[in-house]
Formats: sequence, structure tokens, C-alpha cells
Amino acid sequence: MDATSHITLASLAQQVLVGLSRTTILFIVSSGLSLILGVLRIPNLSHGSLYMIGAFVTYSAAVFIGGSTGFWLALIIAPAVVALLSLAVERGLLRFLYDREHLMLLLFTFALTLVFGDLVKLIWGSDYRSLTAPPLLQGSFDLAGLPFPRYNLFLLLLGPLVALGLWLLTNKTKIGKLAKAAAVDREMVAAMGINVSWVFAAVFCIGCFLAGLGGALVAPTQNITQGMDHTIIMEAFLIVIIGGLGNMWGALLGALIFGLTDAIGILVWPQFAIVFPYVAVVVVLVFRPKGLLQSTW
Amino acid sequence: MLEVRGIHTYYGLSHILFDVSLTVNQGEVVCILGRNGAGKSTLMRSIMGLTPPKQGSIIYQGREVTGLKPHLLARRGMGYVPDDRRVFADLTVGENLEVVARPAAGGRGWDKERVYEFFPPLKDIDGRQAGYLSGGEQQMLTIGRALMTNPSFLLLDEPTEGLAPLVVKMLAQQIGRFKDEGLTVLLAEQNQEVALSLGDRGYIIDNGVIRYQGDIQDLRANQEIRRKYLMV
Repeated sequence: MDATSHITLASLAQQVLVGLSRTTILFIVSSGLSLILGVLRIPNLSHGSLYMIGAFVTYSAAVFIGGSTGFWLALIIAPAVVALLSLAVERGLLRFLYDREHLMLLLFTFALTLVFGDLVKLIWGSDYRSLTAPPLLQGSFDLAGLPFPRYNLFLLLLGPLVALGLWLLTNKTKIGKLAKAAAVDREMVAAMGINVSWVFAAVFCIGCFLAGLGGALVAPTQNITQGMDHTIIMEAFLIVIIGGLGNMWGALLGALIFGLTDAIGILVWPQFAIVFPYVAVVVVLVFRPKGLLQSTW
Repeated sequence: MLEVRGIHTYYGLSHILFDVSLTVNQGEVVCILGRNGAGKSTLMRSIMGLTPPKQGSIIYQGREVTGLKPHLLARRGMGYVPDDRRVFADLTVGENLEVVARPAAGGRGWDKERVYEFFPPLKDIDGRQAGYLSGGEQQMLTIGRALMTNPSFLLLDEPTEGLAPLVVKMLAQQIGRFKDEGLTVLLAEQNQEVALSLGDRGYIIDNGVIRYQGDIQDLRANQEIRRKYLMV
């Protein structure tokens, strides 16, 4: 095939690495979505909006504080702001809807996307923003003759750390274990004297924190705009669906498939690159309609 | 300890319990006998606040608790062992016990070590995922889990259902020891032999209505009523 003739081993390796760093952001966002889906059973459509807010807050915080410090602090501040916002929404509104049917929850989170979208417009206007990474993460280093962006390396190192953190949280902490129990049988957890409502609040907050973190990390790599919420929420839902609803490792696997097919698609057939990840999703769902790994639903 | 006054409980639109009243005194083991579907589990769920009654009231430790959330009832010392052995399947045996642990108000109370002393077979499977246990092991675990919350009043819903005779015997023996521990127990059972050997008093429930109440000796002697309401 003519289109593939320009592919060398080095360019393939480079593209795989770029794909893997994109995977990191997809994984961080999707794992948060999956966590909420698995434990609270809420398909949180506003997850993408929180990601967008995370990106905008990162921009504002980084610019306000200024310099390299500004960027590093913004990476912590933005997810925290998003988590606090989500806590307010959960305690103020969402918790009163837990006993309602899924459609109600879906509509509620859809309403949130509209509110958050307008909130962003109100605060930041409709212009796009762009943020540059601190000098330490700017530029590229040489990878077998091809340049590999330093920021991507940073993402690549961060991904496994976040995965490890999430694993520790769900398997080694009391709140994580209670969340796993409540995901399957919230009534029984309540009957043992645990206030499930607070377990849910904590899990929702952690899930949304991850959306905010994803938004913060993506900020220096693309324009921060209205509409970035729509793209990510679609991708994140597809990832969670092919991985297995509520399964954290499924989110990782799904993000890998999505990120890598996207990256390799760009190399193989640039004009149609956008199609590749969606084809991968279709292929997965044809063979595994319930997702690759066990779903908690 | 507990007084249930004329409760009516529904599942959706279906009316399950009709004007049910019962009393459990401190230190007693009270049995609820009845066929499958008679309303035993619904009664237990009503008391635990899982399916709150629409009418009537529940007084627990001298206070009105009708409509109180389950976790608040649990914190007031109500322990619950469900009839369908709902262990936390994704957690290990040890984790099932640890996550619900609540220290006793006074004295040593129950902790993981003591639960393992009480049900030695659990000790050997501490690290096993609870979803993979046998029926008997799961039942020991759900009882152990309830003990970890250090209850003063324990609701036991059909603990021997569907278990092998040897396991039933062992469980009955251990449940018998709760009395010495100062636990008050409300035990729902289909197994008459177990119920009659453990209880101080008994109630017979049929089609959501209490048909009989009395001392366990009277119930044991009264074959006619048992045949009428309990024979399948």
C-alpha cells in the first residue's frame, strides 16, 4: 500500500509514544467517569464540562500566579477547584436524586453540562485560550533521530502514577473498599451502619477531581475552548463502554485502544485518522458487547 | 428492647404486612416462624428501616424509630443478617469484616480476632474473595460482619436456609451462644427444629398476619397450630 511506504520503525515508535501520552489523559478522564459510573451508577454527562473547567482554571491560575511555579501550582489548584465544585453540586442537588431512575440522573447531569457550559462562557468569554508549558517541559528530545516532545514524556510518566494511586485508593483504603461494596450492594452497606451518602460524595468528588486533572494536563497541549467538553465526553464514554462499565482497568485498556489507534491512524492514513478509534470501538463491541473487562453493572 | 406496633408494609403497591405487632425484651431470643413468603423477611426489613412501614410504629430502646435510615439504626446497635447472604463479593473475607467495624461502647466487644474465634473456619480463608465462598462460609461471614458492628440487638433472617445439616447444627450452636454474650436476638426461621431449640418466645406469621404468639414450650406442645401454619 502506497500510503504506508513512508512509515519507518522510528516514526512508528514515535507515534506510539505520542499515542501513549494521549492515552494518559484519556485514561485519567475516563477512569473518573468509570469510577462514578461503577459506584454511584450515574452516567455523568457533565464529566466533560468539568474537564473543560479544569483546563480553563489551569489557564487562569497559571497566568495569575505566573512563571513555572504558576503552571505547577495550577496543576494542583484546578483539579481541587473542580472537586470542590462537584462536591457542592453533589451535596446541594445530586444526593437528593440517588433513589430516582437512571433517566432522571441522566437528565440532571445533562442539565449540568448546559449550566457549566454557560458558566465557562460567563467567566472566560467565548475566546479560546492557550497556555505554554514551563521551560522544563518545553521542546523535544531526540528519539532515534526523531523529535519526541518533553511534555509527552511527562504525561507518560504521570499516567502510571495516577493508575497506581487509583489502585491504592480502591484496594487499600477503607473508603475504596466501602465504595466497592456499595457499588454492588448499597443497601447492605447502609445496614452495617455506614452512611452511604457520604461514600458516594467522596467517590463523586474523586471522580470529578480526575476530570479536572485531565483538563489541567491537556491545557498546554491544545487550545482551551468551548466545545472541548463535547469531544472528551464522547471519547470518555466510548472508552468506558469498551473497557467495561465501572472497571478501572477497563478504562485503562479502553484508553490504550483509543489512544493508540488514533495515533497510528494518523501515521497510516492521515486524512481518515479520526475514523480509526471509532472502528476499534465497533470491532470491540461486535465481539464483546459488554466491554473487554468485567463490568460492575 | 423492641416494640413493633401495628405496622403495615408494602412493596410498591402490594400490601405485605397487615397490622403486625411484636415485642422483644432485653436478653431474649424471639423467633418468627412462617412459610416461605409469609412475610418474615419483610418484617425484618421493616424493623431495619430498609422497607419502612407505611403505617404503625417501631419503638427501639424506648425511642420511636419509624422511618429512621438504616445506617442510623445500625449505629444505635441494630445488627442485621439478611436472608440472602449478601456478602460484599468483591472484598476478601477479612475486608468484609474490617470495613464495617465499629468499636463497642464498653468492654472488649467484637473484633476480627474474636469473630474468627467464634467461627474458626473463617480464619483460614481470611484472604479469599467473599464471592467465592460456600453457602455455609458466606453465612458465617454475614453473621460475623453483623457482629463487627457490635450490636446489642441482632436481626437474623433465616440463617440456616439452604445449608447442609452439619453446618446448620454448628450455626444453631453458635447462635445459641449469643444469649450468653448478652445479645438480644430476633430470629426468623423456617426450620422449626432450630427455632424451637433456640427461642424463648415465638411468633407465627402467615400471609403477613401474626397468627400466634407465645412461649416456646407452648408452641412446641401445640402441634395443631404448627401444622396449620407451618406445614408446607
